[in-house]
Order: sequence, then structure tokens, then C-alpha cells
Amino acid sequence: MSSSPSDRAGSAGASGRSSASGRSGASGRDDGAAAASDPLRPADHIDSAPVDENEINQPQLGVVGWLRWGWRQLTSMRVALVLLLILAIAAIPGSVFPQRTADPNGVVQYKQNNPDTFPVLDAMRMFDVYSSPWFSAIYLLLFISLIGCIIPRIKHHAKALRALPPRTPARLGRLEHHRSTVWAPEPAEGDGNASTAIDAAAAIDVAEKQLKSLGYRVARYDRGRTWSVSAERGYWRETGNLLFHISLVGVLVTVGIGGGFAYTGQRVVIEGASYVNTLIDYNSINRGRFVADDSFQPYALTLDSFDVTYEDFGTPGAGQAGNFAANLSVRNIDGSASKGTVRVNHPLHVGGDSIYLLGNGYAPTITVRNADGDKVFSGPVEFLPQDSAMTSLGVVKVTDGMPEQLGMIGFLYPTPLKMKSGAYTSVHGALNLPLLTLDVYQGDLGVDGGKPVSVFELNTDGLEKLNGRTTDTKSIELQPGETADLPNGLGTVTFENVSPEGAKDTLQSVKRYVSLQIHHDASAPWVLAFALLALGGLGLALFVPRRRMWVKATAADDGIHLEYAALARGDDPTLAAAVDDLVRGHERLLDAAAPEGSTPAKGD
Amino acid sequence: MPDLDSISILTLWTAIAVYAGSFIAYAFDLARRSSATTAEVQSPALVAAGGADARGAGAPASGTAAGGKGKSGKPRFIFARIGTALAILGWLFHLTSALTRGFAAGRVPWANLYEFAMIGTLLIMGVYLVVLTRIDLRYLGTFISGLVVVLLGAAAANFYVAVTPLVDPLKSVWLVIHVFVASLSTALFALAFALSVMQLMQSRRERRIAEGIESAGPGFLRTLPNTARLENMAYHFTVVGFIFWTFTLIAGSIWAQDAWGRYWGFDVKETWTFIIWVLYAGYIHARATRGWRGNPSAWLSITGFTAVIFNFAIVNVFFKGLHAYSGLS
Ligand code: HEM
Repeated sequence: MSSSPSDRAGSAGASGRSSASGRSGASGRDDGAAAASDPLRPADHIDSAPVDENEINQPQLGVVGWLRWGWRQLTSMRVALVLLLILAIAAIPGSVFPQRTADPNGVVQYKQNNPDTFPVLDAMRMFDVYSSPWFSAIYLLLFISLIGCIIPRIKHHAKALRALPPRTPARLGRLEHHRSTVWAPEPAEGDGNASTAIDAAAAIDVAEKQLKSLGYRVARYDRGRTWSVSAERGYWRETGNLLFHISLVGVLVTVGIGGGFAYTGQRVVIEGASYVNTLIDYNSINRGRFVADDSFQPYALTLDSFDVTYEDFGTPGAGQAGNFAANLSVRNIDGSASKGTVRVNHPLHVGGDSIYLLGNGYAPTITVRNADGDKVFSGPVEFLPQDSAMTSLGVVKVTDGMPEQLGMIGFLYPTPLKMKSGAYTSVHGALNLPLLTLDVYQGDLGVDGGKPVSVFELNTDGLEKLNGRTTDTKSIELQPGETADLPNGLGTVTFENVSPEGAKDTLQSVKRYVSLQIHHDASAPWVLAFALLALGGLGLALFVPRRRMWVKATAADDGIHLEYAALARGDDPTLAAAVDDLVRGHERLLDAAAPEGSTPAKGD
Repeated sequence: MPDLDSISILTLWTAIAVYAGSFIAYAFDLARRSSATTAEVQSPALVAAGGADARGAGAPASGTAAGGKGKSGKPRFIFARIGTALAILGWLFHLTSALTRGFAAGRVPWANLYEFAMIGTLLIMGVYLVVLTRIDLRYLGTFISGLVVVLLGAAAANFYVAVTPLVDPLKSVWLVIHVFVASLSTALFALAFALSVMQLMQSRRERRIAEGIESAGPGFLRTLPNTARLENMAYHFTVVGFIFWTFTLIAGSIWAQDAWGRYWGFDVKETWTFIIWVLYAGYIHARATRGWRGNPSAWLSITGFTAVIFNFAIVNVFFKGLHAYSGLS
């Protein structure tokens, strides 16, 4: 037995275009059954039959007609596509201008640098692009379109999953992928006609089994002198497509709902200090609208120690800090205690919260005494790092116990180096002989008005500068353990050395602090789940081939005419090979099943 | 013996030189295709090529198959062969460079901009060479080797940084997965981009032939597949790239959740990854939308890849954000 796949010059192309025209011509339209199992597509989908444009563009039905028309537009492929492109473009400004959520300091800086354009841009929400009305409008329209698009498709697909493969088209030869052979089994004794009929039916039985084992859903359509099996596979393609689009909705909805219940707070903790997870104990917090004041689990955290390493001098990346680790003691609400470490990439999970390490710095312990020798200030003060060598800036505010309020601006140089200009800089982040310099101010600190004032800032407007640059008195310079006189005989200031007993160097002479971020968002796993579902759906939608196959046997005088045809539903680059495989496999099975002595005839 | 990083630098520049040779050979190949086929191809074939989908899937736009059998015998494409041979040789040097860099650093060699460029171009060339074993895409050789020479040369000259220990946020398995998969999708998008450019050129040529215009465009187009075939190939590379990109986006979010305490924050790099994802989703839709298949969708593919390159070269270097891993100061 041999076959010659009919060489249909001019239509062998795998282009979607020609398969699309093949589809509307050869299936569906002449067979009602076909339409049911075809995936439903918007009217302007490339595979949909062209609709009379006038029908779409000229509604004559008044308000309802216009609404219908508008809805059809919104749920069309074209509008979905345009909205996607607009979404892409609309996201760009948020990468150009600093955003309040991601980079609040950048926004402040932008405002200072561009006082003229800032208000205009701000009115256009260029600094909150992703929560702006116009950005929201775009993605909400897109998702309305998406939902409007998939709901009818879900219904349709649910039906298709239960439907039988479509009736075999009358003229298979019109399909793009078509092969035909003639099979002439040795006529058995008896009525020649009857035996051809039996053989034809048997050939289709074989094909039916073969297609079934290839994963096709099959249906028999035998009629008169023709026997045929119609087969379809790849329902997962549409399932995957729907799963993908539904999961996108899932991601959006979970992100939206989750945001209402999420909170993110910051808290600075100095070595040895503790805090309790309550609203008032946060330095700053952003919370969703459904987070009540009392919805925090009141566990307590203590920073036992903070580890960091610096690359040595003379190695690549010298001075680079790394291996940050905040070692915490946790006291849970049930009274149990545990220890944990927060590292970058490894948050600590406590009571539904995740605790992250945001930053770290030095908190020199400073003691101020007045002229009588009374302690008027004592404790660690958080200094803000200014560069990678941890040159740090901090402010001491002495509000009581002095003739006037006292403010000090201090610089800490962990590893100081005196530059030619006489100023210091730090050349390494570790505490190799740290130096603290202090400039003292006297007057009204402005902290009594009840207005919140940053602990890192000193408003020098109402203050008199007592030493440092622009005055006759030098800045105070202190090493750990040293004490110096304040200007004007105001008293003394001490830079306490907090090294453990018996320390031989200054590497632990200053306390460190960490800035922790406490994040609570129970929706994250759901967002991830939907994202992964979308990924899975995408894989199915793009790689599962959806195709129909037909095998038809027609009993004729010269033998049995066997026809094979296939139709792609969507992109299907391997369809031609699949038909050839089917033909070859069928031949082999027929040969195996054929009675002795049957002779294959030549293909046409 | 010189240290591993010096070997890496040396082999990298060797690779660039060999790739440059490959580029020249491929350029000669295109020139040869233009002139040789003018004589070989009979005009009936040309007319046939003009008809929209008159030709089969794998058939080139004219009688002379790209590397296959043609009416006028087998075109040998000697220069294309030389180009491919040089590309393979260059790739081996390139691979050596990446491996020695990795061993020198004691980690995966993709943790700063210099290394991203090194691994990204390694994958572009690698994917191209792998695809060559199945589909004859040598007409993209000039583009691929040219792109790799430019990117790699610029990176080696401007972005080079010595091996330094990783900063804390990069110490994560996601560095291995997320960055590698992102580079892989970049490679696939690059191929799709090149095919889309060819598609536009071919489409212009087919239109001009249909209109009976004498000079239909660069002659080498005659040896290329027709528009529909080019578009299909571009689409298939894109969808594979798109899946990887989707994964990149998800993996990046998981990493961001661990490293920065939130899975999504519209950091500059996140934003651009999202923009690229949306653009390619638009491309995939465009191909399924009446009136958008063909040239408009090809332009979207080109826009998508432009955004990829922008995200890599411009956003990394000039935009301020959390992804400050270029290693440049
Ligand atoms: C949230 C925005 C959207 C994104 C990111 C998106 C993304 C995608 C992707 C990646 C595909 C390719 C997967 C496949 O072929 O199955 C796809 C296909 C598809 N999408 Fe969307 N889509 C979105 C919205 C929409 C909307 C609003 C509609 C309805 C108008 C729609 C209708 C379709 C259709 C019909 C297909 C199948 C295309 C084909 O037959 O090849 N999508 N979409």
C-alpha cells in the first residue's frame, strides 16, 4: 500500500492567514455542529468571519443600541490591544519622575530643583502615576474589557467541552491539509459491493481507534456509502487561554483587596533596645484602609547585636560592607521567647509579619553635664550614614537643665582621615579609632511647639553658634571615652566608650542601630498563586496545538477512497507533519489488519 | 599563569574579534545573495513570490531556496558558512570567557552590567546557533553577529569592573534564576526582532513587486522566506520569549519580596520589565486582531525589543532605582 499525499500547490503554507480562510470556508459555516466547539472570539479576531462593518458602525437602535455598540467596541480585540499599548505608554512617566511611594526623597529634591514645573507636574499626578485617576482608568477599562471578553468565552467553552467534534465537512479536499489514497483490498468471496462497504467501515474503525489513542475526542459520521470519523483535540488551548486571562483578574483583585489589609512600618532599634509591635511604637507606617489601630500583634523585639563585615583594604571592593545580620530576641504574645536573625534576602517571620533589614548606622552614646556636673542628657543618638565609609551625621538636643536649650550637630568618622583642607572624612566603615566632632548651638530648639521635628535635623534659625567654623572656637573633637568642655563654660560632653569589658580595640566602642521594616500582607501568596496559574495557562494556550482531523472512507468501484484532512485552530506549525504521521500510521494499521493477499492500490 | 579574570578578558576580546570576522563574512554573504541571485532567478519565480500566500511554509520567496535545492542548482552560500563557522569559534571563546569569569568570581558570571552584557550576548549567539541546527536563519547572521559585537564591545570597553564580592541583596538563588531567564528571553526577542525587520523589508518588496516596481529592494531578500513565514517564525520566538519574560517578572517579584520587603513597588527596573511585558502582550494580541497582523504587529515586535535594549542599556546606567547593580560608579 502506498499513498501520495496530494500536493496542493499554493495552499501548503502554514500561514495563519490561509488557515483562517480555510476555516471559515470549509468548516462551521456549512455544518452547524462545528460552530459549537470552535473557541469564541471577538468579532474582529483574525479567525472570525468578517462582519459587515456597517452593522457595527451604524447603530440605529437608540440608547440601547449605542450601549450595545459601545460594549461590543470595548470587548473587541482592537480596543483590548489599544488599551494594552496605552497602558505601556502610561507606565513610562513613572520611571522618569521620582514616585512618592518608591522614592519620596527624590520627589522633595525634584521640587527643590524645579520649583516652576513641579506644581504642574504634580497636578498631573506625575509623582503618583500608578495611583493616579488616569492610570487607574486605563487599567480598569482594560480589565472591564477583559471580563466582558472572557465571560461569554467561558460559557461557550464550557459547552464546547461537552460537545462532539463537528460533522465531517462534505468536501474535505477544500481543506488546506488534505491527503488522499485509494485502498483496494482483495475482494472477498460474495458480493463485491458489500465487502467494500465492510472494509471501508473497518478502515474508519481503525482510524477512530488510532485518533483516540492520540488524545483526540472522536465522533463517527457514517452516511450512505461514506464512513468518516471526526476528531478534535487541544481543548486545553482554550482552557489555558481562559485560565491565563482569569488569573490576570485574580492578580488584580488580590492585589487590590490585599492592599486594604496590608501595612508596612519602619522602626529604628539600637543595640540592646526593644520595641513592641503596636501602632504607637512605629516610627512611620503606611496601612491599608481596613487595618484597625488594634490589629497589631503585640510581640516584642530586642536587638541583641548587629553583624557586618567590611572588605579589607587592598582587596577588590575594599571597604564594601556586607553580611549584614540583625540578631533579634523575640518575645511572643503567648509569653514564649525565641531568637532570630534578619538578613538581606532572609526576612524574619513573626506573628504573620515579615521583618526586613532596611538599613543600619552608628548610635554614639553621648553624655552632657551642665556646669554643676548634673547629667542633663545621656544616651545613644542615631546618626545617619552619609557615605559608604559611614561618615555619619547626627543631632543632640538638650532641652532641659541648661541656661538655654542646647543643640549639637555631630559628625562621626568611624575611620577618620584628615584631608588637606583640615576637614575630616571617613575612609572605612569599621570603627578603627572613631572620631566624633560636635558643633554646639544655643537658644530655642523649637521643639516645644508640639510640631513634630525630625530627630536628624536641627533648625539653626533661632540658635547662636558657639563653636566650629565661622566662630573663634574650634569644634569639639572626641574619641571614645573622652570628655571635653562645652564652650562658654556650659559644662562637659562625653563620648562614651561602650566596648565590652577588656576590649583591646575600638571596634565595638560605638553602638549600632538597625532600621527595620515590618511588613504584613496576607494576600501575597494568593497573588503568587494567580501569577503562577497565569503562567501555566499561558503555556497551555501557546503550546497546546488545537486541531481537527477527519478520516473519510468512500466505497467506490476501484476500491476505497481514503481521505485525510486536518484543520488548525490557531497557530500550529507542526500540523502538516501531524497529518503525514496520521496517514502513515493508518496505513500501517490497515496493513496489519488486512487479510492475506490484499493489494494496495496506487494513490491518486 | 595569569589569573582567571585576565584570561576571561583576553578570551572576551578574542571572541569579539572573531565575531567581527563572522559579521564581515555574513555581510559578504548578503552581498553575494544579492548579486548571484539576480542572474540565477528567473522572473516567473519573482512574480510568484509577489502573490500574498502563493508559497509554501518553508519555501523561500523565490525559486532559490535559502541553502536548499533551487531550480538553478544548489546555491552554496560559502560566505554564510564561513560566517557560521566563525560565529561558533567566537562563541567558544565567549563561553570560555564567561566560565573563567565565573570561576574567578566564585559565583555565576551575571552580577553586574559588564557580566549581564557578557551572558546576554552569549545567550543571543547561543540561541541563534542552536536554532541554526533546525532552521536556516543565516540571513540573520549579519544582524546577530553585528548586535553581539556592538553590545559586547561596548560593555567590555565601558562597563568592565574587576571581580568584587557580591553585595548582600544579590546573594540569592534568584540571581541565578531570574537574571538567567531574563537573558534567555532577551535572546529570543532579539531573534524575533531581526525576523520582524526582515518581515517588514520583505513585505515592502512583495508589495513593490505586486505593483510592478522595478527596484523592489535589497536583492538578498529574494533568498529569504516570504513575509508570512518570517512573521510566523518571529511570532514563535516571541511567544517562547514571552513565557520566559512572564517567568522573569514573577521570579523578580518573589526576589523583591525577600530583598526589599514588597513584591512590587514600581521601581524603575520593575516598571520597564512590566512595560516590555505589556508591549509583547500587545504584540501577541495584534497578531490575532484583524487589521493588525502583518506590518503593524511587526512594528510592535520591534518596539518591544527596543524597550528591552533600552531597559538594559539606558535604565541600568542612567536611571536611579533599587536595581543599582551595574557595578559602575
Ligand atoms: C489585561 C490585559 C491582557 C493581557 C495582558 C492579555 C494577554 C494575552 C496573551 C499573552 C495572549 C496570548 C495567549 C493565547 O494566545 O492564548 C492573549 C490572547 C488572547 N487574548 Fe488577551 N490579554 C489581555 C486582555 C484581553 C482582552 C481585554 C481581550 C478581549 C477583547 C483579550 C482577548 C484575547 C484573545 C481572544 C486571545 C487569543 C488570541 C489568539 O487567538 O491567538 N485579551 N492575551
